[in-house]
Amino acid sequence: MTRVLRVAGDRASLRVDARVLAVCAVLAAATAVASVVAMTTGDYPLPVRDVLATLAGGGPPGADYIVTTLRLPRVVTGMLVGAALAVSGAILQSITRNPLGSPDFVGLTAGSATGALLVIIVLDGGLTTISLGALLGGLASAAVIYGLAFRRGGFRLVLVGIGVSAMLLALNQYLISRAALYSALEAQTWLTGSLNLRLWQHVWPLAVTLAVLLPLALLWQRRLALLELGDETAAALGIPVESTRLALVAISVTLAAVATAATGPIAFVALAAPQISRRLTGSPAPGLTAAALTGALLLVGSDLLVQRIFPDRQLPVGIVTGAIGGLYLAYLLTSHWRRGRP
Amino acid sequence: MTRHPPSPGTIPTTPGEAPMPTPVADQLPRRSPPPGTAVAVDTAGPGDPRADRLRAVDLTLAYDRRTVATSLGVTIPDGSFTVIVGPNACGKSTLLKALARIMRPTAGAVYLDGALISAYRSKEVARRLGLLPQSSVAPGGITVADLVSRGRYPHQKLLRQWSREDEAVTAEAMRLTGVDDLADRLVDELSGGQRQRVWLAMVLAQQTPILLLDEPTTFLDIAHQVEMLDLCADLHERDGHTLVAVLHDLNQACRYATHLIALAPGGQVAAAGPPAEVITEPLVHDVFGLACRIIPDPETGTPLVIPAARQSPVRPVAQ
Repeated sequence: MTRVLRVAGDRASLRVDARVLAVCAVLAAATAVASVVAMTTGDYPLPVRDVLATLAGGGPPGADYIVTTLRLPRVVTGMLVGAALAVSGAILQSITRNPLGSPDFVGLTAGSATGALLVIIVLDGGLTTISLGALLGGLASAAVIYGLAFRRGGFRLVLVGIGVSAMLLALNQYLISRAALYSALEAQTWLTGSLNLRLWQHVWPLAVTLAVLLPLALLWQRRLALLELGDETAAALGIPVESTRLALVAISVTLAAVATAATGPIAFVALAAPQISRRLTGSPAPGLTAAALTGALLLVGSDLLVQRIFPDRQLPVGIVTGAIGGLYLAYLLTSHWRRGRP
Repeated sequence: MTRHPPSPGTIPTTPGEAPMPTPVADQLPRRSPPPGTAVAVDTAGPGDPRADRLRAVDLTLAYDRRTVATSLGVTIPDGSFTVIVGPNACGKSTLLKALARIMRPTAGAVYLDGALISAYRSKEVARRLGLLPQSSVAPGGITVADLVSRGRYPHQKLLRQWSREDEAVTAEAMRLTGVDDLADRLVDELSGGQRQRVWLAMVLAQQTPILLLDEPTTFLDIAHQVEMLDLCADLHERDGHTLVAVLHDLNQACRYATHLIALAPGGQVAAAGPPAEVITEPLVHDVFGLACRIIPDPETGTPLVIPAARQSPVRPVAQ
């Protein structure tokens, strides 16, 4: 059901899809619930009241460390990374008109991994340097893929991206095989993508990037919807196609690279979240808000699951999102085949 | 987007010196350059009544290194239903893309309302001319009404995304193309003929005085081809749109066009004018390499091209 909001006669107007709005509200509420559960349960259960009091500056002794140093940054990182990956995937899938056009597949994640591995294994750098390496690796691989493929259209981007991705994965394996045992373990942990031990220093770069890029992406959402109609149609409707696409790809790439720099590659969130949210909202438009909320819920929820199901292991969240995403990908491919679409 | 340097003989003017009043969305004065853009004035001059709204001068069109046309000049008469015909790969569609600013010419210039089309803002061009491309992609799960409403984009603003006018124009565009009954249907579920009418409705919702149609009848069966062309003729006659279509079928072109442009291989204009004057047996032979006879169309009296019968390689033995 589409409703139209009109302000001041007809001077300002907005179309609102009631179902999209409802889905977004439910997703936001579910993310809030998952966050509260994550903040209140664990090795040291805390009632909601104490958590809130701690956040307000009071609270019982000792709770401050658990809430503001251990749990809150982890939850916030999960939300921000989930949202960033989902929006990144939504933009890229929309531009390539292909559900496989997500940063996981087209080599961005592999590029980030190469950057991080070089820092871990060759430079023996610390956490901040690793993040920086991942960021640069992601951006560099994006530039290479864009240069090779992009002006030729979306499908070619996916193919070239998969090729570049395979080469980078081989390079990554080579780097690990050459590494000292300790470095190799550290590299392997980073590669699975984890929210363990995330601190405020991980939150800030993410928060700033999202605060700048998310509004921009939302502003250009209508252009994105028109680009989906084909380059010529979009241009005929008054979109400067090349520059719009380059800007949107830059937003998508930066979001993915910054998110991956914070947590390591977390599998399938960028691929699955936009697809799940499209099915939930039933909307043909690229709903970036719904995708962002889906990504946040997916990651916070998966992290909660992995912490509570395996409380002693400190398993990386990438295991759960990988399992969920893999199942989802299989479903996506088979359902596309059944409908006879490539 | 890079802009063309002003071609020789044009006078660049700064935005502050724009000679025309500022146009407002739908009450555009006919021949005013866009506001706030550097404008090179057409040699014919913006006030020249002889200058038609859409003209291409001395175009060279090329894809990468393959040149499609050189020194190509066409004028689209205002209020005409212009049809561009020509053999395969002669650059018909490429010319249409250049006229719509989808493709940038390697040399030469396209003028819209007396100013270089490349000097306009993208949205401003989209308020003056619309294009129905050969291939468009309907996103999965989109309804007819939603797709048609996207044609309103060039008239919308960030804070004004769905005015009452947008709503009324969209409804009218669907009514004119006969898809108003399908408004809530999914585009995926429609037949080819219906889908093409939906795309046309989207272009109509753009409310442009000039409409460019790139092979609008491809992939349609004969009945739907006629339906589509009748619809275009209605739009031209009743609403005074200037239409430019690329068509493959010479007989359809002769029937519907008021102005015909025949492109020869290599992208030269072989002839232009009313179909009855343009389509002659020598021209069809020169342009298409086809021997034919031309008779009056029994329905409309327009030229009807009848290809010559096949010559049997075996000479019939004289009785």
